[in-house]
Amino acid sequence: MGRKYLLGNEAIAHACLESGVDFVSGYPGTPSSEVIDVLRIQPDRSYYVEWSVNEKVALENALAAAWCGIRALCTMKHVGLNVAADPLMTSAYTGVTAGLVIMSADDPFAHSSQNEQDSRCYAHFARIPCLDPASIQEAHDMIPKAFSLSEEFGLPVLFRPTTRICHSKGDIEISEPVEGLRKGEFHKDPRQYVVIPAHTRLLHKKLNEKQPAIRKRLVELGYNRYTIQGKTAIIASGIGATYVQELLPDGVSFMKIGAYPIDEEWLGDFVKKHEKILVIEELAPEVEEAVRQAAGCVPVLGKKNGFAPFEGELSPQAVAAIMERAGFLKKNPLPLGDPLQNLPPRPPILCAGCLHRVAFYAIKKVFRDAVYPSDIGCYTLGLQLGVVDTTICMGASITVASGIFHAGDPRDIVCTIGDSTFLHTGIQGLLNAVYNGANITVVILDNRITAMTGHQPNPNSGMTACGAESPPVSLEAICRACGVIFVESVNPYEVTGMVTVLQEAKKRKGVKVIIAKQLCVISARRAGIKRGSYQVNPEICTGCGTCVRFGCPAIEFADERARINDLCSGCAVCAQLCPVGAISREGKK
Amino acid sequence: MSESYDILIVGIGGQGTILASNILGEACLIEGRHVKGAETHGMAQRGGSVESHIRIDGLFGPLIPPGRADLLISFDLLEALRYSHYLKKGGKMVVNRHLVLPTSVFTQNLPAPTQDEIIEALKKHALCLLDADTIAEEAGSPLSQNVVMLGAASQSIPLEPESLLDAVKRLVPKKTLEINIKAFEMGRKFGGTCR
Repeated sequence: MGRKYLLGNEAIAHACLESGVDFVSGYPGTPSSEVIDVLRIQPDRSYYVEWSVNEKVALENALAAAWCGIRALCTMKHVGLNVAADPLMTSAYTGVTAGLVIMSADDPFAHSSQNEQDSRCYAHFARIPCLDPASIQEAHDMIPKAFSLSEEFGLPVLFRPTTRICHSKGDIEISEPVEGLRKGEFHKDPRQYVVIPAHTRLLHKKLNEKQPAIRKRLVELGYNRYTIQGKTAIIASGIGATYVQELLPDGVSFMKIGAYPIDEEWLGDFVKKHEKILVIEELAPEVEEAVRQAAGCVPVLGKKNGFAPFEGELSPQAVAAIMERAGFLKKNPLPLGDPLQNLPPRPPILCAGCLHRVAFYAIKKVFRDAVYPSDIGCYTLGLQLGVVDTTICMGASITVASGIFHAGDPRDIVCTIGDSTFLHTGIQGLLNAVYNGANITVVILDNRITAMTGHQPNPNSGMTACGAESPPVSLEAICRACGVIFVESVNPYEVTGMVTVLQEAKKRKGVKVIIAKQLCVISARRAGIKRGSYQVNPEICTGCGTCVRFGCPAIEFADERARINDLCSGCAVCAQLCPVGAISREGKK
Repeated sequence: MSESYDILIVGIGGQGTILASNILGEACLIEGRHVKGAETHGMAQRGGSVESHIRIDGLFGPLIPPGRADLLISFDLLEALRYSHYLKKGGKMVVNRHLVLPTSVFTQNLPAPTQDEIIEALKKHALCLLDADTIAEEAGSPLSQNVVMLGAASQSIPLEPESLLDAVKRLVPKKTLEINIKAFEMGRKFGGTCR
């Protein structure tokens, strides 16, 4: 079909089309989200596609589809695989009839994540094949193979790109899409699909018996390959292999690992032909451990003896430094640059007019000395406003709040959670908090969209992944059904109203829920909502700094006066905060 | 080491650096050349400092090592300074004379360099400084400033200006086509005065 300049995730999505995918599910998470974002907007789709409410739900849906004999893709970020770990582990026992590819995108350096875990460990743990691309082209080319491999062995295949694959671009050779069939049918076979002890013991044995053939097949597929060029060797995986190839000196052998499990015999043959081996890979020492087992007395240099770091991501300069340290480069061709110090940092920040900022402002005003557990989403940026005390994983705001309460902390506890996160794994925490008598205030920051990952719809948005209208979900009704008595919805742009409701909640005992509802400003702008913009009258402004401390990027301070720049989205909150009435809508008095 | 022409585009999330990088990639395709790139998605896009790497004729990884960029295109003065160590010796800089101070400067009273101080510091490189916002407005829309920047940079980029302009035409929304063509040409004209 030709070459196109594509984002890694676009190339992966296109490869799914070329593979005749029938069923797609997933939950958004950086760096994985664009795969479904591309698939859900294709015209004339022959396949089914959904944004699921969480990764466990997504994987169980996709697994069922693969049991019905149609090709299924399930996407998530690495930490999403923790949520989906329960079905993952047993799906290796039940197996699949048509291809099931689980894409779990890792994020070395935690560019947009809460940790640096390695999805390859899950494949190892579940004993399923794992493909680990070194470039976008390879990622693209691996997808059809991943489906056929899954069908050949009757096992889910874990496909594990990283941020530098998903969010890199390149000129990629693509092929014509193939139309899927989507004529699934479930054939009853309790010994396969009902994992009671008597069945599962046999299924476990079958899973183990598949392993040697998988290892051999992966070598045949050519994802694990080598060239012998000398007495020393570098073994590398993922994008690290690409960086090594750019720097590899003459006379050094090179092995590239792109698929797991690695065949020990094949690996051992290579290792034993060398006098020194350097292993370069991101995240866990997954390859290094296999190499060490195969190495016998051949010295192996890697993470475990300090030649390569356990943390962070690789880069050409990081790989050059490792190769120099290990004696594979005499002179480092990529010395680290010298960044200028003392420049003010520019971290990401809540948008001008974001509902989260004003909700946090009101929370802080009413609950001065409180504990503020929070959650995963744009609102984690409330850290800069001093209203985010904890963030662990999706849904862990309400649970941490009730845990802190039951631990005996005498302060007020106010937690914040977004609508998508609440529907992902927040509801159980709320139910548990009510059931067990916690005394906490829960503020649901309801912007009706999954904003951080690129504005994917969720059950609260009123439409499906493909834009079809969906039944409205009432967050109020969900909270009441969990047993919450105090459930109030407010428009956070009305600061006094938001403060009054919080004050009311503060007086009461038990679990109180406040739903702060306002469209995400980015969604509002895309929907064409215009609120005008605001300006400061320098004659009236006293330079007190109240509006500046609010922390909105549209508000600047120069020459002892506040000033509103063109980022203003017209939320009017600063006009309500100004003690002297110096802020008004442009063109109005 | 491969011989690629390495361009780093930097700015603030939301300024249109990704479209600029897509235009460069498309222009490479038009000329049948290999290209690799990497960019910032996710959290940092929320008003944070963002970077796009583009390696024309790149065969290996997408990341430009510090000290290796042939060209730095910056949509903001402070970001130009922040990433200036990526430029190789003799590398060029095309910078928008536009300074947005990070909000932290106001909320936490952090010291920040002035516009003049930044420009002075940038002058030790081969600097092409332009007022892309004003040129974009003259072209018909302030939103076309990213194409103005590309036009100015096109004087240094080893791609035919026709290929770049074709790529602009393919990638910008149809109703802004005329504005963006004008933006590219005005930017290119200004870039010609920098040499």
